[in-house]
Order: sequence, then C-alpha cells, then structure tokens
Amino acid sequence: MKARKLKYKEYLHAEGRVTIVKHNLEEIENKFEMFQVLNENGKVVDKEYEPDLSDDELQELMKRMVYTRVLDQRSIALNRQGRLGFYAPTAGQEASQIASHFALDKEDYLLPGYRDVPQMLWHGLPLYKAFLFSRGHYHGNQMDDVQTLSPQIIIGAQYVQAAGVALGMKLKQKENVAVTYTGDGGTSQGDFYEGINFAGAYEAPAIFFVQNNFFAISVPVDKQTRAKTLAQKAIAAGIEGFQVDGMDPLAVYAVTKYAREKALEGGGPTLIETITYRYGPHTMAGDDPTRYRTQDLDDEWEKRDPIVRFRAYLEDKGLWSEEKENEIIEQAKDDIKQAIKDADAHPKQKVTELIEHMYEELPQNLQEQLAEYREKESK
Amino acid sequence: MAQMTMIQAITNAMHTELKNDENVLIFGEDVGQNGGVFRATEGLQKEFGEDRVFDTPLGESGIGGLSVGLALQGFRPVPEIQFFGFLYEVMDSISGQMARMRYRSGGTNAAPITVRSPFGGGVQTPELHADSLEGLMAQQPGLKVIIPSTPYDAKGLLISAIRDNDPVIFLEHMKLYRSFREEVPEEEYTIEIGKADVKREGTDVTFIAYGAMVHTSLKAAEVLAEDGIEAEVIDLRTVSPIDIDTIVESVKKTNRVVVVQEAQRQAGIAANIAAEIQERAILHLEAPVLRVTAPDTVYSFAAVENDWLPDHTDIIEKAHEVLNF
Repeated sequence: MKARKLKYKEYLHAEGRVTIVKHNLEEIENKFEMFQVLNENGKVVDKEYEPDLSDDELQELMKRMVYTRVLDQRSIALNRQGRLGFYAPTAGQEASQIASHFALDKEDYLLPGYRDVPQMLWHGLPLYKAFLFSRGHYHGNQMDDVQTLSPQIIIGAQYVQAAGVALGMKLKQKENVAVTYTGDGGTSQGDFYEGINFAGAYEAPAIFFVQNNFFAISVPVDKQTRAKTLAQKAIAAGIEGFQVDGMDPLAVYAVTKYAREKALEGGGPTLIETITYRYGPHTMAGDDPTRYRTQDLDDEWEKRDPIVRFRAYLEDKGLWSEEKENEIIEQAKDDIKQAIKDADAHPKQKVTELIEHMYEELPQNLQEQLAEYREKESK
Repeated sequence: MAQMTMIQAITNAMHTELKNDENVLIFGEDVGQNGGVFRATEGLQKEFGEDRVFDTPLGESGIGGLSVGLALQGFRPVPEIQFFGFLYEVMDSISGQMARMRYRSGGTNAAPITVRSPFGGGVQTPELHADSLEGLMAQQPGLKVIIPSTPYDAKGLLISAIRDNDPVIFLEHMKLYRSFREEVPEEEYTIEIGKADVKREGTDVTFIAYGAMVHTSLKAAEVLAEDGIEAEVIDLRTVSPIDIDTIVESVKKTNRVVVVQEAQRQAGIAANIAAEIQERAILHLEAPVLRVTAPDTVYSFAAVENDWLPDHTDIIEKAHEVLNF
C-alpha cells in the first residue's frame, strides 16, 4: 500500500524494477552475438559450424560471388552509358545474397527486394530479363517457371506476402520454403512486424532476411531504432532470430541451411540479420554516399570483403587460383555482352500490351481504350 | 426456395464456393471460431476446418499480404476486412500489390482474391468504420468493385467474384445485412460482374444508384409515381467497371438523370457517371446530370449521421430540378 503513494518513477526505482528490466534487455541483446565461421583473413574461427560443402560446391559458391561482383561493376558502367535503367548496386553484399541463396532449393519461392536481383539470377532468371527489368520492360517481370516474384519496390510489402506464400506451402504440404529479403530500413515498416508475426502465428515455413548494410539510403541504423540488433526484433514475434556476419559466406550459408531445415520440420519462420555493407550508392539514380558515409568507413568495410575472405579460405584448401578467377570473370563479361545484345534485340513494349494485362477479360472502358491505342500504334 | 437476409445469402455463397473449390480459403479477424463480427462466416470453420476458414492476427496489411502470397501458391483467398473504414491500413496490399499483380508480371501471375468488407452508413458505428470508400477503389485500375443491394444479387455476385481471376472488392452495406429477406435459391448461380440491373422501369427520369441508395431511390420513385412521374431506377451492382450501355440506353429513354450515392460528392462514382453520360449521350439530355450525395466532409459522426446521409426527399428534390429545367 505504501508503494501506491509514490509516483511511478519512484515506485519503479524503489523496487529496483527499472534496473531489472534494463538488465534483462542488455542480457537479451548481448545474446544476439554475430555468428561467424570465417574471419576477415579467411581463417575458420568456428570449426564446429563449418558447413559440410563439397569442394565443387565451395568453388561454385565462389564462382557465383565473383560473377555477381563483375555483373555489378558492368551494370554500373552500363547504367552510366545509358544502356541500363534502374539499378541498385550489390557489391559488398555477395555473401549475404549469394551464400544465403546457395542454401535454397530451386522450388523454394523468393520474394526479393529491389537490390536482390542476383538471387533471382541464380534461381534461374535469364540475365537479359534482369536487364529488361532494369530498363522498365515488363518482360523483365515475367518469371515463367522461375519461383520468384519480381523485385518488390514497397519496402516491407514482400514480408507480409512471404507469410502468405509460406502458409500456402504449408497448406499444400510442399517441401519448400518462402524466402524474402529486405534491408535495415525495412525493419521500421509495419509490414515487417506483421510479416514475421503472421508467419510465426501460422508456424509457416518462411525465412526472413534483413541485410543490414547500416544505411536506409542515408539514415544510419542507430537513428532508425533503439534496438541494438535487428535480429532481436524476432523476439517480439516469438520466432528465432540470428545475427550473422554478412561478409562471411560460410556463416550465412550455415544459418540459412539451419533455418530452412527447421522450417521444413515444422519449426516455423526464422529472422536472419546479415551484417553487411554496400560499397556503392543506394541506386544509380543520383545517390551520393559521400553525403552520409566517410571514406574511412568504406575502407574499413572493404577489409572485410566477402570475396577476399573466401578466396583466402579456398586458396588455403588449394581450391582456387587466379586462373580460375579470370576464367569466371571472362565468362561473366561474355554473358553480359550477350544479354545486353538480347535485351537490345527484344521487341519494344507497347501501350496496348499494358492495357491487355490489366484483367483476364477487359471491361468496356479498357476495350475502348485498347482500340484507340491499337489505332495509334498502327500509324 | 429459402427466404434469406443479405448476410445469410453471403454466408451461403461462401459455403457454396468452399464446397466447390478446395483452393477457396476464408480468413480475417474473428472470422473463424467467432463467425465474424457480423456472423458472415457463421458455422463455416466448424464445417470446413481450420485450414480452410481461419482467424488472422489483427493486422489488415498482413491480411492483404497473406492473401497475395496465398494467391501465388494457387489459392483463391477470400479475406474479410472487418470494417471498410480500415481500408487505409490495407491500401498498399490492395492497390499497390493485388491490383497490379497481373500487370506487373506481364500476365504470368494473378491475384484471384475477393476482399469482402462491410461498409456504408446509417448504423451508428464509431469513427472509421462506416466510410464509403468505394471511390478510392474504383479509381484503381486492376480491381473490380461490387456493391450488391439485395440478398439474391449478393449471393450470385459473390460466387462470381470468388471465381473471378482478378481481384474483386466486394462491399456489403451494413444497413442491408438484415434489413429484409427475399427468395434466394439454395443451389449455386452466378450474376455477371459489370452488369447493372434496372430495378424499376420509368419514362420521365433515371435514378442511378448502388448499395443502400437503390432502396432510397426506389422509395423516391414510389412517391413521385403518386404525382404521375415515372422514374427508372438502375442498380449499378458493380461500380468498377460501370455498365455504361445500360445507363446510356436509359438516358435515351428518359433524357433526365439523377445519380445517387451515399458517399461524399467530390470525385467519386457519381462524378464519373455524369462525365461518361455527357461524353456519350449529351444530345439526349434535356437537363444537366445532377447528383445526390453526402456533403464533402469527413464521414459523419454517429449522432448526426442520419441527417448527413442523403434520403429520398433529396432525390425527389433533384428529380423535380431536372424535370423543371
């Protein structure tokens, strides 16, 4: 009864409650320690969690990362030449993107954000289609049999949809998972919380990635949230969360593999925060990172580069050489040249095609407008 | 044939489609165990199980996103948005995502989703429940927007909506849920989406309405008939797309039009219809197309709601204006 006379602040402090709450929060946050298998020098720091990948698989993973880096460099150049449109650079995020995808099955369903085109390519999307997407041609969004949506533009919308895809897979008793990607910025959206909460409530087989590259365009992560980690946001939804070194392909692969297996065993969704960095600008549409990042910070992150690290690891094993790397670089350049040619040769998009894809059967207004635009296009 | 209220006809339609197609899923806030706050899904979970009819967490954007994801896995989701005033919470999922799915994917994906939601005024709800937001939906290409005014239409149109391969917003006027019963066949039937229904034939003036305002317009027509004025009443049934042929045919007969909507005046369905009529049939008009609407305020507070909503006397007044022009 005595406590009731005190003001809340005094009451809470008097009982030591605030300290307890604060202490618990710190204890919880400290549990989200960044998981790492390979350190910056490519040395295994956690032998127990070194994934069981064959030599061929290790080389394949490296090839994909190198290929993706070349694609990024060429895409930036092509954009500057005016030969590509919308493009969100990926360099720095290869381990986060490619190694997570490497743990998936072809029939798993991707719900990518706009920076996640590389995962779509390795999922089966032809490169010329990625270029068509960049140019704003709708054929770049026709995924046919490739199990992916086109990149989501509304940050977070893919999270609630992933919950639906995963629930659908569960109801259809598929042996697959829904996999979605957003960035640190996405974790501030309502859809982020609704997505992980819905998936948790339905124990749906989903993997939610947060690629924390520390900037939502320009706003640093410490101005986006008071949470020490983004992985801990999983606690609120009652699902497992991991923070993983997103510059370490083996750590990203291991955690993704675990999340996938757990989901297929009915263990529900997982939130995975990958700690990573984008070397380039947010997109090629005029973003200037020097306005919000320092050269020192860029340099610091480049020391952690996923390709440098993985190259060292593979070289130690005798699985990689300069020759191999050059081979894949040349392969990527050739593929890009061909894909640009294919994209150039692709039929031009017409307004009538936009109209035709509004409904399965066009209502009267669109039928009239279709006739009007057919007439215009025939001239 | 059974006598059904509109809500019974709606439940019956969902029951029919749950039986017909194993990919039909019904879900939303309180729709499972509780049978929905209006009891639209009464008994469905018990009969079809928790995998087909289920509760969702309280999050409208999540419900919309869940629907999109389930559609991508081959389901035919029928989510309920508990009150249409909550539309703003699910706006991106509907207008940004569902409506664009076919277009965005160049015809390789679809969103065969029917979003059901109670809407419309006159039942004294708290704020942000009753809003008439059909205009926002009708402005979004890629959606179809259905508003039935009778139990019979509600069943036939809802079955059509669920079978449609494009997203449909199916708006159920709260005042009509239990206001009257009519004969509704137990067996399945469909009504074509996008076709208006001439509820009353007339020669002097055309009233174009939808939802609860169909009944208000019919009441106005009866009063006018006592003075020898014969009004034709068109029930749009679908506000997107609009059945312009039925409208123009009626204009050619009566030469005078009053468009009636419960929603506010600015932008909206009635404005669109007036524009279509003047583009297509101006030489048949003897008077400007007039509108009966609510005023351009935010939706009324409950205590003054009945004064705020248009009633049959407003329609009669506008009818006299076009007749005496």
